Amino acid sequence: MLRFLKTRLGLFASQPKGLNLSLKSQGILVFANTSEVIRAETLLKKAGWKLRVMGPPPEIRNGCDLVIEIPLIEELNILRVLREAGLAPLEAVPVSSPLLKPVNIFQKKDFGDYLMVRAANMKITIEKKSRRIVNVSGGGCPDVPYLAGEMVGRTLDEAPSPQEIGHTLCGYALQLAYEEIKRK
Amino acid sequence: MIAIAGTVPDADFPLLSGPVFLQEDKLVLNGRQIAINRGTPALLAATVKAGEVLGLEPPTAILVGDIGLGHGSRDLYAFLVDHLPRSRFSVLCFHYLQPDVDWQYRILAAAQSMPSPPLLIADAGYMYAAKMGGQADEYDLFTPDVGELAFLADEEAPHPFYTRGFILHEEQKVPELIERAYQYQNAARYLLVKGKKDYVVHQGKIVDTVVQPITESLEAIGGTGDTLTGIVTALIGSGMPIAEAAFMAAHVNRLAGKIANPTPAGQVTEIVNFIPEALRDLLKNH
Repeated sequence: MLRFLKTRLGLFASQPKGLNLSLKSQGILVFANTSEVIRAETLLKKAGWKLRVMGPPPEIRNGCDLVIEIPLIEELNILRVLREAGLAPLEAVPVSSPLLKPVNIFQKKDFGDYLMVRAANMKITIEKKSRRIVNVSGGGCPDVPYLAGEMVGRTLDEAPSPQEIGHTLCGYALQLAYEEIKRK
Repeated sequence: MIAIAGTVPDADFPLLSGPVFLQEDKLVLNGRQIAINRGTPALLAATVKAGEVLGLEPPTAILVGDIGLGHGSRDLYAFLVDHLPRSRFSVLCFHYLQPDVDWQYRILAAAQSMPSPPLLIADAGYMYAAKMGGQADEYDLFTPDVGELAFLADEEAPHPFYTRGFILHEEQKVPELIERAYQYQNAARYLLVKGKKDYVVHQGKIVDTVVQPITESLEAIGGTGDTLTGIVTALIGSGMPIAEAAFMAAHVNRLAGKIANPTPAGQVTEIVNFIPEALRDLLKNH
């Protein structure tokens, strides 16, 4: 992603006139990988900032990408907190075009003794009585089999959350499904 | 000969390439044992099991450890770019790999430069990269589930995580999603869409569907989509035409699931063991 940024920074430096004010007031933090985004998001939310994780603009997409949208006016404070935690982003740049929103639709399937929740391409299934995770399925990124290995067989309270040990967008989608099934 | 490239969920697993065998419930590659719970090992196990019935030589596995950071996937990509131009595989299947558009371009070019370019099958993360790179139609077969089909149908989404809400992942919308995926050239020549009803598609036209037998619990079990991709890979490797292989693979996977009859807490190894029985049964009536 850094390579892309280096070649594309000119684009960010010369934004089109008349750009939507709400876009102009927003920036994005770009990290080396999704797990850094997840850690930075957790840190910044704990510090009280209201942030959104979003899809990057087309110019810097390379596959499994996620960025943090921030109010530009807060940029210096946010960068300081991240640097102190050893989580400095690769770049902080103004938003130049509308960002993609992560999935926010959940689908549930009731198997009687078991409940499955799906978010995007990820599914998590629990045994209702014990709240034990019995299956994790779907997805295509390589942390999915790893996450399944770490989570299946444990209860929702015992299992590590995908946010803690996942690294990709599939891991992030599983986190959303995991949060949704915990609410049930 | 079939080659399958993918990952195992172990950060310390080195990059290995060679013929893969099954020993009881483990894969064996270059003397290393690999559990087959889900992911690429489940796909490989299904290919090996189906291949035994079809009389195929063991598939070549190209595997590396990766738990999502992408380091292993990038090592594997570099290996493929280096080795493919000198390789002689008839079928090349890509699976759980970190989506990376740049590498996908280079690997496709390497595969197309092989002495006899293989049939290309993509599933999971590698299918995402092929679509995002705008080269889906260079592939022979994708094997998405309904959620992944919605992603293929959304010309804007770079990953299923960003599939827009108006493109619903609903079973009854599958024909519309197929049409839209082909409209924007975001599908392979053939699709095998895995769902409550499985669809076999050629260049946008639904040529077959498979609905029986139904075992509801399979949807929850991690790895059942991987076994389907593994079976179709073996059948194509046996020389069967792609549409016919997809149709038969969907039947075999369902039948193996029915014989295993797992609960939603079942594991894919229970199903893999019944693939030979299911395949023999269907070949008898073929």
